[in-house]
Amino acid sequence: MKKYTAITAILLFFGLSATAQVEKGSMLIKNATVLTVTDGTKSNTDILVENGKIKRIGSDLKARNAETIDATGMYVMPGIIDAHSHIAIDAVNEATNPVTAEVWVGDALNPMDIGIYRALAGGVTISHAMHGSANAVGGQCETIKHRWGTYDAEEIRMQGAPRTIKFALGENPMRVHGEGGGIKPRTRMGIEQVFRDAFNDALEYKKAWATYKSNPNSTPPEYSLRMETLGDIIDGEIIVHCHSYRADEIYMLLNVLEDFGVKRICFQHVNEGFKVAPELAEYGAMASVFSDWWAYKFEVYYSTAYNAAILTKNGVVTSINSDSGELIRHLYHEAAKTQRYGNLSDDEALSLITINPAKQLGIEDRVGSIEVGKEADLVIFKNHPLSIYAIPQKTIIDGVVYFDIDADADDMRVDISLDPEEKFDATFDYYEEGEDDRCMEGVFEFLFGTQE
Amino acid sequence: MMKFIKNSLFLALVVLASALSAQQVAPPESGTFILTNATIETITNGQQKGDILIQDGKIAQIGGNLSRPAGAKVVDCAGLTVYPGLIDSGTRLGLAEIGSISLTQDYNELGSVTPQMQALTAVNPSSVNIPVTRTNGITTVIAAPSGGRFPGTAALINLHGYTPDQMYAGFKAVVMNFPSTGRRGRWDRRSDEDIKKDEEKALKEITELWDDMAVYHRIDSVGGQPDYNPAMETLLPVYRGEAVLMVEANKAKDIESALKWIEEKGIKAILTGAAEGWRVADKIADSGIPVITGPILNTPTRSSDRFDKAYANAGLMQKAGVKVAIRTNETENVRNLPFNAGFAAAYGMGKEEALKAVTIVPAEIFGVSDQLGSIEVGKVANLFVTDGDPFETKTQVQHLFISGWKIPMENRHTLLYDEFLERSPGLTK
Repeated sequence: MKKYTAITAILLFFGLSATAQVEKGSMLIKNATVLTVTDGTKSNTDILVENGKIKRIGSDLKARNAETIDATGMYVMPGIIDAHSHIAIDAVNEATNPVTAEVWVGDALNPMDIGIYRALAGGVTISHAMHGSANAVGGQCETIKHRWGTYDAEEIRMQGAPRTIKFALGENPMRVHGEGGGIKPRTRMGIEQVFRDAFNDALEYKKAWATYKSNPNSTPPEYSLRMETLGDIIDGEIIVHCHSYRADEIYMLLNVLEDFGVKRICFQHVNEGFKVAPELAEYGAMASVFSDWWAYKFEVYYSTAYNAAILTKNGVVTSINSDSGELIRHLYHEAAKTQRYGNLSDDEALSLITINPAKQLGIEDRVGSIEVGKEADLVIFKNHPLSIYAIPQKTIIDGVVYFDIDADADDMRVDISLDPEEKFDATFDYYEEGEDDRCMEGVFEFLFGTQE
Repeated sequence: MMKFIKNSLFLALVVLASALSAQQVAPPESGTFILTNATIETITNGQQKGDILIQDGKIAQIGGNLSRPAGAKVVDCAGLTVYPGLIDSGTRLGLAEIGSISLTQDYNELGSVTPQMQALTAVNPSSVNIPVTRTNGITTVIAAPSGGRFPGTAALINLHGYTPDQMYAGFKAVVMNFPSTGRRGRWDRRSDEDIKKDEEKALKEITELWDDMAVYHRIDSVGGQPDYNPAMETLLPVYRGEAVLMVEANKAKDIESALKWIEEKGIKAILTGAAEGWRVADKIADSGIPVITGPILNTPTRSSDRFDKAYANAGLMQKAGVKVAIRTNETENVRNLPFNAGFAAAYGMGKEEALKAVTIVPAEIFGVSDQLGSIEVGKVANLFVTDGDPFETKTQVQHLFISGWKIPMENRHTLLYDEFLERSPGLTK
């Protein structure tokens, strides 16, 4: 109880400190092997960072008033970007309706989630904190920068990143609403109609407002944030990220989106994306996949770990994501699996966790590669990041070091004197294999009053 | 004639196409094989260069320029390295097919004390997961039941065979989940009092069971006929210290209680899980009890622990003097065993010890080191051939032998790749 009082006090204090001022740093990284991703590999190269941005890339660079990091024998790559996570949010699923476009996980950000720190220790600087997959149209998501060490949720938002929203196809919305709630959708046919109904309702809503605006003396329509959001999707202001598995349902959504003129779409998980890779490429749809997860439910039984390679070679912008507080810690290794399963080149494999997820989140002009002018989100590795022996040494965001393996504490308790009676020993977070994906977190408590 | 050729060509194409779409993995090849000009990582006798002769399912000879028996099929291994098949010391492979469909899951029978449940009975030799696993060089796994206090008997199996008996690799053990104390995680909403009660109840249950076992043992020892009790019948060799018990415990406190209980009861045991083994590594080492730990690719057990504790755990225990084998505790992704070992290697265990932890060490723990775990004459021909370090992610496994059978490098994942890399027809409306 004491602990909660302390946390509440801290939250109140920082909550009052108004809008966040994000820290930006300067530094000079010397003599590294630089994996730029977009411009090849440069050996014995320096990177000069000034005020959070990459100022110069070259040799014999000098720093004025900035710390120098000797990276001789080390590799530097762009900060890893995870296009699908559920870390740093206190709520994942608003599982009360097949369409919940009005909710936003950004309202439930938790900058103190230990998952952020663990992700940093795996070189991940940005993640896409997503709503869950209980609903056909889920909530809006938040792109965050892993600025660990703050109590202020505002500091971890990536200001200026485009809005995104979660859609979901297949078993999850069918199970929650059709089987669990006895309402549409119970089938993949029903799911198509949920989307068509929602988009048509949004068009009616837009029309009603247009009519009202042209005739201010008429009665105004009722305001609906849900309809406003769906309208923004149709207007191209929100990137759709759609949980999906089977080829047929992916193809279905492409048709629906085409009918409503929605262009910006990234399919998530998309285990059978490889079967419709030519169609995805033609539409300009993107794909964010697992390296090798499969068989945990029927709709992923006909999967292949070669999915990312097939999609890449068919011209689909592809990323590898985690959807897991465990996997997010070694996405560099997950990306390397595309070399065992599909022989992707180093640059192709690294793109899957850098520039490609940046494109999927609409932030590729700012991050995702090591280029002059981009934000200085960088990871320094011992051993090549695609090697099994790779160990992240330092993780840098906006030129500030947020993870340093040499300064890493063996005991992460921030201040054990807060409450000496607190039995830390009592809590054991051991992850058991076979848990449902976090995409469904909170759903079982909602449906059955228990945690599955 | 031309028409005949055309027709048979068409027929051949149809057969080929249907074989592909059926996604059936090609059958293994039998015979005598000679692997030539290989680098041989024997594990027990260092690295050697030369040939390996495989005959009658066994490693018949190892050496330079071996003479080739008539009919021996040559596998050119120049530039490649041969390793003994990897052993995963804890999985559900073959016992579960699809995670969310309970009727495809055979690892957790009803009841708490059911040691007579045989994992080997329920292993599905045709599980799609098996070819997916073995093509990464994993030839042998423990298939273990779970849930309850004594969920059943685990079995060591080779990943080729048409019946469980053909797959059986010579080791079985009853599994025990040692009572876990304390809070199980943030979602555990039990009161401190309830937690303590549950703990006492669980410990009382195993104490009472062992008291009953004492009676059962005495009746059996004097030639009496106790009432039919399959659970006790299965536990009897464990009680008498004749058979080894696999004891799962993960929290530091639980590991300590388990070690104490094992010593008190005078039984032979293997400690499994041991997620917090590093906290009590010296005590485990003193007990002389071997450990099977994993998954290595896991989060730390407590929020306050350093990020890499799960990666480092195996190495920390091994350096303290514990005999450590590595498991994935996986079902469909047992194929990640070499990567789990690789992370253990990178985070302190070192490559040599990590390689032993997935070959000879488990073979010794299971008492089958005369058969498995290294490349030695007379051992079972479980081998794989790679173009590099077996832990490195990009390494390709080129050839695979299980019990002397040459196994095709195919599985559902490779077959789908072959069919869909360049899909035909491609883009049409």
